[in-house]
Amino acid sequence: MNRAESVARFKAIHPDDVLPQRAFKPDNVQSMLYNAVLWNGHRIHFDEPYAKDVEGYPGLVIAGPLLGDWLNQCVEEWLGEDGRLVSIEYSNRIATYIGETLHSGGKVLATRPDVGEVDIEVFIKNEAGEVVAPGIAVARFH
Amino acid sequence: MSNLLSEELLSTIGRTSTPQRELVTRRDIRKYAVATSNRQRKYLDGDQAPPMFHVPLFWDVVELDQLSPDGVSIDSLLPKFPLEKAMAGGLVIEYHRDIFPGDWLTATRTLTDIYQKNGRSGPLIFYEVVMDIVNDEGELVIREKTTRILR
Repeated sequence: MNRAESVARFKAIHPDDVLPQRAFKPDNVQSMLYNAVLWNGHRIHFDEPYAKDVEGYPGLVIAGPLLGDWLNQCVEEWLGEDGRLVSIEYSNRIATYIGETLHSGGKVLATRPDVGEVDIEVFIKNEAGEVVAPGIAVARFH
Repeated sequence: MSNLLSEELLSTIGRTSTPQRELVTRRDIRKYAVATSNRQRKYLDGDQAPPMFHVPLFWDVVELDQLSPDGVSIDSLLPKFPLEKAMAGGLVIEYHRDIFPGDWLTATRTLTDIYQKNGRSGPLIFYEVVMDIVNDEGELVIREKTTRILR
């Protein structure tokens, strides 16, 4: 994508524009691989009897930063090669469990033409429609 | 409501971790991209590191006998807090430069703040840790600020 196209795309972006949603349904294998890549040995992510009987969770907990990663991906897939992700802030508000289907998505909050930046509200929602991980990202177009 | 933050506790603000220098490899990028369901070819092929790749790169590699029974490693940067039940926290990540295989990156973590707020259900302690990641030229690549809440 060349610069002229990036500029044209930026001009067409408006507050309340919606970013594409994506569904995630992580299973035990993905959870194991993710935590192994981190070197995260926290039992709540892979030891189901421990997670349920000792910690009192209804199932295996999906690692918080994995949801954070999906917020980053939501912005990056929408952005493509037209710009770069400058910053993101997010928090994990509600625990999620293996077996749940989650959705990422977002919408444009504001554009700043002087610096070519877009503020984007992003979220991960659970099946009940609750926002389990809200965030705000800033993307800068080339 | 009483002040839970002793002078001794507050004196740990500014404490800094030993800098940790790590090599970015194509294989590690690919594993992370796969494990996170990434769909972008440049990340799946390991040509460039995706956002948040610094999370696996700088997660503490501790020996098994250093893990607590629940499998968690103790963060030696943190003092002992008078409240211990961790609640949801938040992160702010600034991406200053892209990361590629072959890059050597160095992370330094600093305990930048400890403060108390009194909520309706009792006191809360907040603490903030900033991780600065620089390349071998000393340029800032990523700055991440984590805020955690204890009750």
